Amino acid sequence: MEKPYAQINNLRRTFDISKPWLNRVIEGGEKQYLKAVDGVSFDIARGETFALVGESGSGKSTVARMVVGLLPPSGGDVTIDGVPMVGRASSQDRQRLRRRIQMIFQDPYASLNPRWKVEDIVAEPIRAFRLLDGDKAIRERVGELLTLVGLHPADGIKFPHEFSGGQRQRVAIARALASNAEFIVCDEPTSALDVSVQAQILNLMRDLQDQFGLTYLFISHNLAVVRHMATRIGVMYLGRIVEISGGRELFAAPKHPYTRMLLDAVPDMNMAGEERVPISGEIPNPINPPSGCTFNPRCPFANDRCRSEVPPLLDGVACHAVHEGRIAIAVAA
Amino acid sequence: MSDVSRVDPAVSSRSPSWLVRFFDGDVWASFKRSKLTMVAATLTLMFFLGALLAGFLSPQDPFDPAQLELMNSRLPPLWNAEGQSPFLLGTDEQGRDILSAILYGLRISLLVGFLGVAFSATLGITLGLLAGYLGGITDTIIMRIADVQLTFPAILIALLIDGVVKAVLGGNLDAGTTLSVLVVSIGLSFWVQYARTVRGSVMVEKSKDYIAAARLIGLPPTAIMIKHILPNVTGPVLVIATINLALAVITEATLSFLGTGMPETMPSLGTLIRIGNNYLFSGEWWIVAFPGIALAALVLAINLLGDWLRDALNPKLR
Amino acid sequence: MAEPVLSVRDLRVEFVTRRGALKAIDGVSFDIARGEVLGVVGESGAGKSVTGSAVTGLIDPPGRITGGEILLSGYRIDNLPPEQMRKVRGKRIGMIFQDPLTSLNPLYRVGDQLTETIRTHTNLSASGARKRAIDLLAEVGIPAPDRRIDSYPHEFSGGMRQRVVIALALCAEPELIIADEPTTALDVSVQAQIIALLKRLGRDHGTAIMLVTHDMGVIAETADRVAVMYAGRIAEIGPVRQVVQNPLHPYAKGLMGAIPSLKGDTHRLTQIPGSMPRLSAIPPGCAFNPRCPFVFDRCRVERPEPIARDLHPVACHLYDEAPARTESVA
Repeated sequence: MEKPYAQINNLRRTFDISKPWLNRVIEGGEKQYLKAVDGVSFDIARGETFALVGESGSGKSTVARMVVGLLPPSGGDVTIDGVPMVGRASSQDRQRLRRRIQMIFQDPYASLNPRWKVEDIVAEPIRAFRLLDGDKAIRERVGELLTLVGLHPADGIKFPHEFSGGQRQRVAIARALASNAEFIVCDEPTSALDVSVQAQILNLMRDLQDQFGLTYLFISHNLAVVRHMATRIGVMYLGRIVEISGGRELFAAPKHPYTRMLLDAVPDMNMAGEERVPISGEIPNPINPPSGCTFNPRCPFANDRCRSEVPPLLDGVACHAVHEGRIAIAVAA
Repeated sequence: MSDVSRVDPAVSSRSPSWLVRFFDGDVWASFKRSKLTMVAATLTLMFFLGALLAGFLSPQDPFDPAQLELMNSRLPPLWNAEGQSPFLLGTDEQGRDILSAILYGLRISLLVGFLGVAFSATLGITLGLLAGYLGGITDTIIMRIADVQLTFPAILIALLIDGVVKAVLGGNLDAGTTLSVLVVSIGLSFWVQYARTVRGSVMVEKSKDYIAAARLIGLPPTAIMIKHILPNVTGPVLVIATINLALAVITEATLSFLGTGMPETMPSLGTLIRIGNNYLFSGEWWIVAFPGIALAALVLAINLLGDWLRDALNPKLR
Repeated sequence: MAEPVLSVRDLRVEFVTRRGALKAIDGVSFDIARGEVLGVVGESGAGKSVTGSAVTGLIDPPGRITGGEILLSGYRIDNLPPEQMRKVRGKRIGMIFQDPLTSLNPLYRVGDQLTETIRTHTNLSASGARKRAIDLLAEVGIPAPDRRIDSYPHEFSGGMRQRVVIALALCAEPELIIADEPTTALDVSVQAQIIALLKRLGRDHGTAIMLVTHDMGVIAETADRVAVMYAGRIAEIGPVRQVVQNPLHPYAKGLMGAIPSLKGDTHRLTQIPGSMPRLSAIPPGCAFNPRCPFVFDRCRVERPEPIARDLHPVACHLYDEAPARTESVA
């Protein structure tokens, strides 16, 4: 088997959310930590779209930021195309790798510098990595990139506020492609957009993937979008991956009780007028998560083992009840 | 490729120039709505032009002894019975034209004001950027110094620096050195406000994703601070700078009035007021009154502009 | 047929700016019957939230209603003085917003806010109001309501807070509830609970509900009828099954095709080119014509009015033409 393009191994991140030192000394109280990501591992093959899906507080965005190197992990490692992103790899290797990794952010209003012209925004990676020499060559390349994402080369002289949300996201995609990136981490790229615009952006991302053989790590809370985009999916709950599975299988035969609940909860257009039984409970406070399997308070199959022992990820699912055969699993069609 | 490159129909052609955008923008519209602001702006502009063109506008060079005639000393303003042309606002005891002295004094006052603001803004913006962007121990140290600084009144700091410089260089300072001392004193007194404001704005900006995008391509922190963050914090800085210009002019005038400011050979408005003060009780009120009125009007006009700018740049108040 | 709870007739709302008046709502008409949920769906800038604000009399200046009328159970409310409108809003119209924190005062216990509202609109005693508040909290599914009633808003989770807001909206037994993006800020699993709750309450109390949202899935699950808005007008209005599964208006078709589904397989989503026009640049004729794949000359000059042939009302010239053309679209 080919070596995976990106390997994420036992990634952890804790945030110190204690009160300031002086407050702790005077008021008493211990240091407090929030485990945002707690031992997450997955592989991404070259050219595939791996999606992380989960509700707020699941840690999916934190994983994304650690993978691209915006946030140092508290533990674990990320290896992309054989180059370790954490620790003491020669910084030259990492600098070379950096050009090939880009990110698309959720809010296109915050991800473009409002004081910069679009052509300067798109040209920034080209200039930073010294990919081209001379203003003319750079301007031509920027025009090419803008055309590629469905804008006009003449749009380069405008400022971000002159564009709609969807057009801004196109600019952000052009910037991500400017350094000839091959791995793009997309953090909720369409959550801030209207559905018809979302469709435009998702189609564009698909087309670009087909054209350039891009590899995507796709973060979203929207199951339908994830299903549309992903070849493989990891479902996150409170900082852990509870299930990893091929895109189609996950929806056809979900194993983990949380995945089942999520799929049941998504309002679906095909459900028009139909009734359904809603699921109960909410995500617990991540500062003080339940012991054992963090899903146990909401899980109809929880027993004592679930309440005390963290289930390992075996055969793509982290659930004692599935491992013990207490939950029947539908066979993927 | 052809499929991807479909051009969005909502895209219009060219963007208007910055000049058109400014006069079409909200700031300009809010300016046109406020009569008071327009008056303040006109007044400020007149003061600036007066200071700039003092050499052309003044009937005499008040510091050229050859042009002074003792014959003309202590003349009241022109509309008074004893007034004489061309001394519109009267003369002092050396026969110096008050209007000319005001125009030249305005020049010194504004020079000190602008240099002081430039100095404090540079210092404050740099420290604010560093504190906000780097955070941690750098932030703590800079902001604690700022807190301590705030407990000293600006005048006290200025007197302190003046005293130290005089002790080091000894005795009387020449006009140029005094000017530098004033600029540094004012700069060191006013940087805190810039630093605090910039630090706050930087903390907001640095959490935005365009900064993450810049970090992602390996841009060093200094480049991010200067190229990305600085242009986005200019609004509040501009407001503070405007209001501080008025404050700096006042501070300089106070120092000069107290005698630690500009010498009589190169007087500012404050020096003129100090000189004129001596003649107040002998009935020559115009020697002190007109420089005083000029100072008050200048400071008021600049302050009004600053207030308007603060409201115009704040989208919540629009 | 019984009189509708809410009847909006040819509503027009304008925002006056220094560049002239912008038409945010331009001739919108619809009815909501007792116990019915009308979903109002559209993308940002379509005017769906402004419609909700117009009904509740909460349009912020410089916006104002410039035409049409709004009838609540046959009683005209769009021209009431602010003081009277405030009473109508508290007593006869309940409101639920996207962010529960904007409806709850963080400094008061939820019980105080509920009992105060109840006592303003009914003549219950203090203890009676408190009992009613506990009943309401129980009804919206808050566990241990007799204890939770003395909690502050920040002590509730997001989903629970939205339940409290719903209880608050129900205090005065309103005839109509306006829910503006009630589930947008919530996680999927909680969203489903809130949808189910809204639906049940509407049915049990016979309350008419106007559900404003951008999420077709939520509409499909909750609404009885749906109005699709585009650039300040209703493009299509009809029973939810018909509109969702067999939309007529080209915009509605595009919108439905643009939504990725949990079933079926599509490599590419249907995409509508361009984006919603800004209010300052609404094209003449049909506002959708620059983006419409079926556009013809008439669309560029004449604005289509919603017409109902054998189907539900749709504002599109395609359905006003010879039947042959209609077939070619389907």
